[in-house]
Amino acid sequence: MEFSVNHPILFLLVGIIIAAVLGQSIYFLVKSVRRAKATNMDMTKIKKTIITAAIFTVAPAIAIVITVISLSQSLGIALPWLRLSVVGSLSYEAIAAANAASGMGTTLAALAGNMTASQYVTIAIVMTVSIMVGIWLVPVVAKKYQSGLMKFENKDKKWSDILQNSLFIGMISAFVGFVFCDVSRLWSESARIVEVEDKVTGVTETVTYSATSGLVPVIVMAVAAICMCLCGLLINKLKWKWVNDYALPICMVIGMLVAIPITAWLG
Amino acid sequence: MKNNKNLTYMDSVHRDGTIWNISMMILLILFPVAVCLIFSAAPDWEGVGLGLVATAPMYWAVGIVEVITFIPMLGAGGSYLSFVTGNISNLKLPCAINALENAKVDAKSEEGEIVSTIAISVSSIVTIVIIALGVLLIIPLQPLLESPVLKPAFDQMLPALFGALGVALISKNWKIAIAPIALMLVLFVFVPALNSGSVGIMVPVGVVFTILVSRILYKKGII
Repeated sequence: MEFSVNHPILFLLVGIIIAAVLGQSIYFLVKSVRRAKATNMDMTKIKKTIITAAIFTVAPAIAIVITVISLSQSLGIALPWLRLSVVGSLSYEAIAAANAASGMGTTLAALAGNMTASQYVTIAIVMTVSIMVGIWLVPVVAKKYQSGLMKFENKDKKWSDILQNSLFIGMISAFVGFVFCDVSRLWSESARIVEVEDKVTGVTETVTYSATSGLVPVIVMAVAAICMCLCGLLINKLKWKWVNDYALPICMVIGMLVAIPITAWLG
Repeated sequence: MKNNKNLTYMDSVHRDGTIWNISMMILLILFPVAVCLIFSAAPDWEGVGLGLVATAPMYWAVGIVEVITFIPMLGAGGSYLSFVTGNISNLKLPCAINALENAKVDAKSEEGEIVSTIAISVSSIVTIVIIALGVLLIIPLQPLLESPVLKPAFDQMLPALFGALGVALISKNWKIAIAPIALMLVLFVFVPALNSGSVGIMVPVGVVFTILVSRILYKKGII
């Protein structure tokens, strides 16, 4: 059979695997909802959780579709569709694919349009195996790890609560720091000149950013944060309780929309 | 030995999660195997080896740290599912945190486990459906999604997400948050090697540092 990166059989194989992932998601959803009913949890709360999670997911999922499109230029559509529906992320998938191509003495850009089946499976193996650790490690450690945490909680409930909050804050702090990573362009001329390697094509070009461009993510973050504070006021002062369920996706989308004129203004 | 009727809910989550994850791992490995068989092609083993040496050590190390860091935040069901479906720190974990905050339940309780798993399951289903629609409609969608007008909006998705999510969490835990945020600001602003690609590696660093600071504050009776 003649190979092509967009051969229908590849879509069939990928479709089967993604259907299985969908099956796992539906299985855990049904299992959790059943448990919520069995333990007499407030089902209104569960319905709100479902609706909020679905609405919240739309914008990030569209961003993932953009990633599929950019990777499809060299790898076809089927493989990026699989990789980004299971485990993947743009930064990882592009690096893994580029490293596999490099291991074969070529680049993704050179392979685009004339990739052989051998090159395709070589890339697919590297992309799959390199990111697989979480899938098998969770079954190995999760049960013991969680029971250890439970014992720990029984010993000191207050510290256990603080520890849980520390985990969340630790993650948030890294992302807050990341938002400021290009602020140094304000005073550092060298920080404005960036060698950008297109991870998909492997082509490197020099991009010169404006001094104020590093402020764009900071302003976007501030707008989203202020928007969230306003939502808090609406909930607490005007008793608009329904806002609570939609505050995060609303503020995130407002922040993203504000990025359009801010980027045009600051670069 | 416990029979099925004596299994607790959490035991059954771990049992089912293990079966699903191992099955998914086998399925994923079968994809390149099937391509080899169908197209009568063998992988370039040297390319596989060199590619793995260049990629796997770092991502396996990050993966191990992520498992240890994320399991207490995601809960059991959420962890099994998230480590299969991916996009954890930019999608599944914020979704779970938001659901726990809105439902006002303790992440460590069974209610928290249920709410977190439901949020992550729904998020996974919606993501899979939207990506599938994107693949089906890739030709008409490509010019729209890659348009220069919309690009800045999607480029700034993470700052918008963590601005909205962060303000709620930080305001409730500001004593814990001051030191790690100050550290991360200094590192990301003044260390040129840290860029947007470093955030995944810096999450565990932020988590460990925050735990240490919290422990000190707790021992001194400040929190």
